[in-house]
Amino acid sequence: MSGYLLRGVSVLGEQKVDVLIDGGIISEVSKKPLAPTGVRTIDCDGLIAMPGLVDLHTHLREPGREDSETVESGSAAAALGGFVAIHAMANTNPVADTAGVVEQVYRLGREAGWCDVRPVGAVTVGLHGTQLAELAAMAHSAAHVRVFSDDGKCVADPILMRRALEYVKAFDGVIAQHAQEPRLTEDAQMNEGFVSSQLGLRGWPAVAEESIISRDVLLAEHVGSRLHVCHVSTAGSVEIVRWAKSRGVMVTAEVTPHHLLLTDELARSYDPRYKVNPPLRRDEDVQALRQGLADGTIDAVATDHAPHPLEDKECEWSSAAFGMIGLQSALSVVQTAMIETGLMTWSEVSDRMSTRPARIGSLRDHGRPIAVGEPAHVVLVDPRGKSVFTLEGNASKSRNSPFLGMELHGRIEATFLRGRATVLDGKLAG
Amino acid sequence: MKRHLLSASDLSYEDAILILDTAEELAKLVDGPVKKLPTLRGRTIVNLFYEDSTRTRISFEAAAKRLSADVINFTAKGSSVSKGESLKDTALTLQAMGADAVIVRHSASGAAHQLAASGWIAGSVINAGDGTHEHPSQALLDAFTMRRHLRDSKGDLAGVRVTIVGDVLHSRVARSNVLLLATLGAEVTLVAPPTLMPFGVEQWPCDISYDLDRVLPRTEALMMLRVQGERMNNAFFPSMREYSRGYGLDDKRASALSPEAIVMHPGPMNRGLEISAGAADGLRSVIVEQVANGVSVRMAILYLLLGGASIEEVSL
Repeated sequence: MSGYLLRGVSVLGEQKVDVLIDGGIISEVSKKPLAPTGVRTIDCDGLIAMPGLVDLHTHLREPGREDSETVESGSAAAALGGFVAIHAMANTNPVADTAGVVEQVYRLGREAGWCDVRPVGAVTVGLHGTQLAELAAMAHSAAHVRVFSDDGKCVADPILMRRALEYVKAFDGVIAQHAQEPRLTEDAQMNEGFVSSQLGLRGWPAVAEESIISRDVLLAEHVGSRLHVCHVSTAGSVEIVRWAKSRGVMVTAEVTPHHLLLTDELARSYDPRYKVNPPLRRDEDVQALRQGLADGTIDAVATDHAPHPLEDKECEWSSAAFGMIGLQSALSVVQTAMIETGLMTWSEVSDRMSTRPARIGSLRDHGRPIAVGEPAHVVLVDPRGKSVFTLEGNASKSRNSPFLGMELHGRIEATFLRGRATVLDGKLAG
Repeated sequence: MKRHLLSASDLSYEDAILILDTAEELAKLVDGPVKKLPTLRGRTIVNLFYEDSTRTRISFEAAAKRLSADVINFTAKGSSVSKGESLKDTALTLQAMGADAVIVRHSASGAAHQLAASGWIAGSVINAGDGTHEHPSQALLDAFTMRRHLRDSKGDLAGVRVTIVGDVLHSRVARSNVLLLATLGAEVTLVAPPTLMPFGVEQWPCDISYDLDRVLPRTEALMMLRVQGERMNNAFFPSMREYSRGYGLDDKRASALSPEAIVMHPGPMNRGLEISAGAADGLRSVIVEQVANGVSVRMAILYLLLGGASIEEVSL
């Protein structure tokens, strides 16, 4: 049996249809019941089908820190989270700043087979922010890199940022900026505000993000280039992106699931699971981010899945590593923050988690509608289900999730990559 | 009262008054013929100090010993911490030794919270200063000192006008004092150059001023905070002299205080920077007394947290 019949599935919350997946594509969509032979039938009563999710921002840690994540374990977690394509960030060791490293990550992704792993290339050699990496070599490698980022570090030097924006136009690349003014955030530990003033933790001010985004949208406008802003976290950043888009600047932006749900109040526990970069912000920021995502100012939800070994989180807050894992919980968090609140429809969630991220990453094969002839990248979600993210169900090699033990809406039932089930019944389908 | 003392905000009004009253009683007892009380005999108290602080450590040590507890001093220097042992492993080691209370001083804000919340140790955790966060026992001894001088050692500090001057941004003493003094009803004004005020300070339960001279005449308790000269390297202020001119307590400013006002400093002082020798040693200064009161207050904290035999029982 090679194919699947999705019996009575609601595509993006619309009326029920039968969907036939065969030969790697969606071969039939019918309002009347289909009765094909030689395929496995999945009863989809109550389930929603969406185009497979695309993540623009994943840290897989391989090569270098295979103790916290590998391409295999991270992409398995992605499949369980409904993802069919992920972008592996460049801050590995060695840094993904050459064709050799991006090809290695690409190949490891193919071998694992859980989802399409698209390496992100570093903008500067070693992420040092001083010299452009060989961007064209990475673009023309087997890995076909289109997204370039020094994520984890900001391309702070304005002339280097300008040149990078210009240079990648030659191969339709995009610079994904980690917007963080370094001098304003030296030794910064959490959002700068009332909570940080009480906790005595060094503040990470909103202006450190907003000043870089302001500069970069002006640069992108000046040179006519495409800019993508990683993990927007403040109300002010949303306003700047909205303003830039209204001027016609080619800017796109992403928000993480955790910034849509959690606030800096959680830092009061001094539990380093809540330490992340950019930091959790105020409730006003959370509301503005939700609004920005709902009205399309923010184009995409991106996980910023950042695995860290236990010892890097089981220590003093100021010594702990920044970051949270998020692939498996992403869709549930988005449902909780955006669907259950009535801010977005499933169709809009699909736009922000599949269509637009695929377009930003120049993935022609992804983010396609569920229609006859399209590649069969599909995720099946039970929106009525509730799930508690637990360690038993966690496929990542790390456990630094802020959502552990938290009940969230929705449950991912199955994921199909080119018609092949990577996840069935909520479990990896080997 | 809670099991741990991590923040001055852990203390209800009743808790705070109970500690101050208990400290008064204990002070009277140890001033008498009995220098040492047997209330915590057989209990083990660990001084876990990741940061140099001789005065706080010996104050807690003296308090514990006067209550007959066994004291283990665990300092970062010369211990396995300097070789990079994690907070967790140190905590597990102390737990294995059967510590009834751990008094922790750490350069990281929140270290005491983490020790208390982790489940690594079963005993009480007392925060003896964590990073730029809090130092609740200092706030208690400050309140004790103010109450002695301004409220005849009784009740709360309702209406007492307290001015705290200096590097509020980096001061755990200021944070704990603001919280505790609000609980006790005092009216607190923080004075510092704007660069040394924390972002978000407007939401603290106190007033803010950038002008020391305007605040001085109505001040009843003036607390000068230590200012580190290195701060000028990060553009917090242009020079030590400029800081001192604007925010230092010199002899002239000291004379602008009312005769009943008291001058306090948590120590160690930078004489000539935030406070002149004349002001530090002047008639209004209660700085040395603060040190003595520190022992009484810390005795009360240990006594109440560890639930020692009752004072009446002991004094018989």
